[in-house]
Amino acid sequence: MTVNASLVVDTAELLLARRQVRSEKRKAFFSAIGQNKAAVVGGIIILLYISMTFLAPILAPYDPYEINLKDKLQSPSGDHWMGTDDKGRDILSRILYGSRLSLGVGFSSVFFGASIGIILGLVAGYYGKWIDTIISRCLDVMLAFPGILLALAIISALGPSLINVTVAVGVFSIPLFARIVRGSTMEVKQLEYIDAIRTLGANDFIIIFRHIFPNILSPIIVQGTMRLATAILSAAGLSFLGLGAQPPSPEWGAMLSSGRDFIFSAPYMAIFPGLMISVLVLGFNLFGDGLRDALDPRMKK
Amino acid sequence: MFLFILKRLAQIVPVILGVTLVVFLIMQMVPGDSAVILAGEGASIETVEELRENLGLNKPLYEQYFSYIANVFQGDFGNSLKNNQPVLDEIMIRLPITMELAFFSILITIVLGLIAGIISAIRPYSLSDIGVMVVALLGISLPSFWLGLLLMYVFSIKLQWLPVAGWDSAAHIILPAITLGAGGAAIVARMTRSSMLEVVGQDYVRTARAKGLKEHVIIYKHALRNALIPVITVVGLQFGSLLGGTVLVESVFAINGIGRMIVDAIRTRDIPMVQGGVLIASLVFVFVNLLVDIMYRVFNKRIDLN
Repeated sequence: MTVNASLVVDTAELLLARRQVRSEKRKAFFSAIGQNKAAVVGGIIILLYISMTFLAPILAPYDPYEINLKDKLQSPSGDHWMGTDDKGRDILSRILYGSRLSLGVGFSSVFFGASIGIILGLVAGYYGKWIDTIISRCLDVMLAFPGILLALAIISALGPSLINVTVAVGVFSIPLFARIVRGSTMEVKQLEYIDAIRTLGANDFIIIFRHIFPNILSPIIVQGTMRLATAILSAAGLSFLGLGAQPPSPEWGAMLSSGRDFIFSAPYMAIFPGLMISVLVLGFNLFGDGLRDALDPRMKK
Repeated sequence: MFLFILKRLAQIVPVILGVTLVVFLIMQMVPGDSAVILAGEGASIETVEELRENLGLNKPLYEQYFSYIANVFQGDFGNSLKNNQPVLDEIMIRLPITMELAFFSILITIVLGLIAGIISAIRPYSLSDIGVMVVALLGISLPSFWLGLLLMYVFSIKLQWLPVAGWDSAAHIILPAITLGAGGAAIVARMTRSSMLEVVGQDYVRTARAKGLKEHVIIYKHALRNALIPVITVVGLQFGSLLGGTVLVESVFAINGIGRMIVDAIRTRDIPMVQGGVLIASLVFVFVNLLVDIMYRVFNKRIDLN
């Protein structure tokens, strides 16, 4: 009984120490990210885009779907800051509403891919042995598909739509998250406090989700931010190919695609949606770079 | 070395089998009866049943998969639903075009990326470094399909220096290759920079400096050679997104390569064509990765010693 009691006390101390390490890391992280100008700029860009998704109905001067053929293909002017498209719709209004689609697809596909990838990575890293072998081989196969081709294969089966694009781009994220989580889990599970908790009789589920998962969050967050940039690019690309959002949806990739047909006469139709995608992706890349430096100071120098 | 290559070859066998399995499963994922889809619209019930019998679609799934692999290894990728021609014939016409585009793009990725990375690393935190890194950041953020349209607008429509689209002459290659290679070049530049900066701080470079060697000898002979090792891996990884990127760039510039073939096939629901295209592109990628692994090994003799 006394042995057991001292074990409990020891484990509690280890856990407290671990928690302290985490909270110190967190403090250091926030001060590091605040000092990183690029990360701050990236963060502001992302916040602006997110607020755009909420404020679109207030900010948009026109109805994004309203066809007005007598005003078609007008160059940018005081009335239409970004001009009008081939159906006379106001491009600015469409872009504002389109932010919901582009960000929505990006976030949901990364969330989808990350959830499955994290679970696979935790299971593979924690249990090891044949479970790890099977999961890792499956990940190898997924990574053997070049670029967005796996997404294309999935869409060819499910059919073109924005939801299928979300699934397809998400599937492509699974192996990337699983790899990182697997590696981190293998490191953390060897730490002393995990042993102590196990000796006290905690089951695998509690060890994995309460004690390992919170300690491997940093690489997941960095990967998630970087992945958001790629996911938004891929989703817009698939819509550009006509395999995602369908007209008259104001998704930016789809808008760019219809703008391509008017590149000679109305280049602004393609310029503005592309600019919106680029700045958003730039924001995520800046923020992601900053996060990585802040969370992993070794990479900085 | 020979043993290493054999071992790596053995390792890619399960990966190739897995890739064929995924590609095979695409057909199974399509909602509806495969025989009806393969027979095409308006086919009679007899035709559908005949096709089902001929293609063995009434057999269990694993038997179908084994005969699929057997066919693929004999070069039989099935027939296009559109014109009933063998898928492989179409691929053979288009593959050289895509490979040519990929080759020139990877050339741009390597050359442009290395030059930019070295310029950055020689004087870190100088104006030239910051300038190059800002351009590199833009390079990884701009969507290739947008960059392609912008280049087309400026160089083909406004300046009329280069052809707008197609794949008939050497001039046609320039814009698509830059469009496709730019993102990779940006990543290679960032990698080269950080890799060089890391190497420059190491003892043997300090020793070289202490020996009084000229700066360019130190940079090119000592630092760059070792800094190249991680860069090779990045180039290898880039090749995958480059192959995926051909899908977009071929569509922007109306180039009749594999990528555009796959997209057109998805639009017309020509599933065997999609399967063939995705399978070929993936096999190319797997073998390029193998090649990169071997090159990495050759460059990095340190691994051999350990």
